[in-house]
Amino acid sequence: MNALPASSRFTETPAVRRKLRQEALAKWIFCAMAAAMVVPLLLIVGYLVVRAAPSLNLEFLLEVPKRGMTEGGIWPALIGTLYLVFISLAVSAPIGILAAVYLNEYARDNWFNRVINLAVINLAGVPSIVHALFGLGAFVYAARFGYSIISASLTLAIMTLPVIIASTREALASVPRSFREACWNVGATRWQTIKAIVLPNSISGILTGVILQVSRAAGETAPVMFTGVVFFKSVERGDLLPYYLNEQCMALSMHLYTISTQVPGVQPSIPFATAVVLLALVVIVNATAISLRVYLRSRKKW
Amino acid sequence: MSDLPDHSITARDVNLWYGKFQALRDVTLNIKHGLITSLIGPSGCGKTTLLRCFNRVNERYGYVTTKGEIHLLGKNIYDPDVSLIELRKSVGMVFQRPNPLPLSIYENVVFGLRVHAEGEALRRSALDEAVEKALTEVNLWHDLKDRLDHKAIGLQLEQQQKLCIARLLPLKPEIILMDEPCSALDVEGTAAIEELMFSLKGRYTLVIVTHNMAQARRASDECIFMLLGKMIEHSRTEDLFLAPSDPKTAEYIEGRYG
Repeated sequence: MNALPASSRFTETPAVRRKLRQEALAKWIFCAMAAAMVVPLLLIVGYLVVRAAPSLNLEFLLEVPKRGMTEGGIWPALIGTLYLVFISLAVSAPIGILAAVYLNEYARDNWFNRVINLAVINLAGVPSIVHALFGLGAFVYAARFGYSIISASLTLAIMTLPVIIASTREALASVPRSFREACWNVGATRWQTIKAIVLPNSISGILTGVILQVSRAAGETAPVMFTGVVFFKSVERGDLLPYYLNEQCMALSMHLYTISTQVPGVQPSIPFATAVVLLALVVIVNATAISLRVYLRSRKKW
Repeated sequence: MSDLPDHSITARDVNLWYGKFQALRDVTLNIKHGLITSLIGPSGCGKTTLLRCFNRVNERYGYVTTKGEIHLLGKNIYDPDVSLIELRKSVGMVFQRPNPLPLSIYENVVFGLRVHAEGEALRRSALDEAVEKALTEVNLWHDLKDRLDHKAIGLQLEQQQKLCIARLLPLKPEIILMDEPCSALDVEGTAAIEELMFSLKGRYTLVIVTHNMAQARRASDECIFMLLGKMIEHSRTEDLFLAPSDPKTAEYIEGRYG
């Protein structure tokens, strides 16, 4: 190596140039894959909005479907989806959060809790059509709720429960252990620790997890189609409380399916507008979740 | 009552296992009342484990089996009628990294009272008094009295550590356990905490785990050297450092291993 003149030390050799070429190539491949994910999203959203444009107005939201669902708006489906989402999360959020608190803060590592964990994980992986059949058997027939909003909501609740448990556990686990240690060492009980320290510091994560399940509950078709959602239900325009809980209702996801495939002669922009509304609902909900998280995060520091 | 009333902590044949790993072997010792006793020894020798036995907080960290007796102020804390809540109220712990709770300075100090006290003791005036008393004892009152509602997390590390000590005081603990309380602090912070330890000694029994032999030497009255889960030597600090009776202690303090 002494033969090397000092001026050419630390300069590129052919081997280095080859590595740099590979490096550049690798970077471009990864970048292209990331871009490939964004392109279809933009195309889908762009295409939907363009095709939906003639129908996109407030009237479309508030109006009921007319002339055998070939014209008019989507009010009954929109309000039905809100019913289903709200009731299902009102059931699954408290159960899921409390269960997660138990699993994360109280449960010791024994067979009983391992079974619960296994159940949660497996439940999260069950396809929604299976949930649909379960809901049909359990709520519609066995519990005699019939085809109704209550059956459909409970089915959605069962479906969202394991994910809420998982996301809540994650939020609880992110509270530093040193806070818990500080509590134990002044003799605080687990419940005092949870109440004073753990919950206040994980609430942003917990709420985010719950809110993200809104979009999932709103988008599912199979579970509600089997248990309480129908093609058509006659509702007053803009009526905020059109359904009783023991009645069937309409829902956006099902309505989209119906007008796209089952009804001939639908005004072409209507299915696209329905899809845009469903998409917008999801985006709004997710944006709410994110801003809530940012707001609550900004108030805590450690 | 204990047979040795001037001892705050008396351990008899304490053996402890984490699962199958034995972390403490036949530890027997007497820690004197009102003194600062330091636990020294290389990493993994069981100092922290032993410290955590004294308020049984070990049991929160997973599967531990403890055999033997530990008498605190004459009572065996492994007796079945011992309430862990009451035990931990009397035996507080300070950690390596200051761990103020994500609350205001005020709420940190009164946290223990909120956890334990009821009714009258939670009146605003009683709490205010407790905060002033505790913060004065740790020399923080002067600096913090105008911003008690600020977040404790925003304080300097040294102040945080003092606050963590102050948090224990309203519960009137008998014993304060410190697990390397200065290792996250700079020189001045360390000096301030050591000074605070000196001012607390007498009223409280302090047991401190430290990796820093110089600190054990200058800041403790008695010193316990541990190795591989066993207690090797326990004597007055100056004796242990000047004339260790066990060759293993001598080699450790000379820095041959550790």
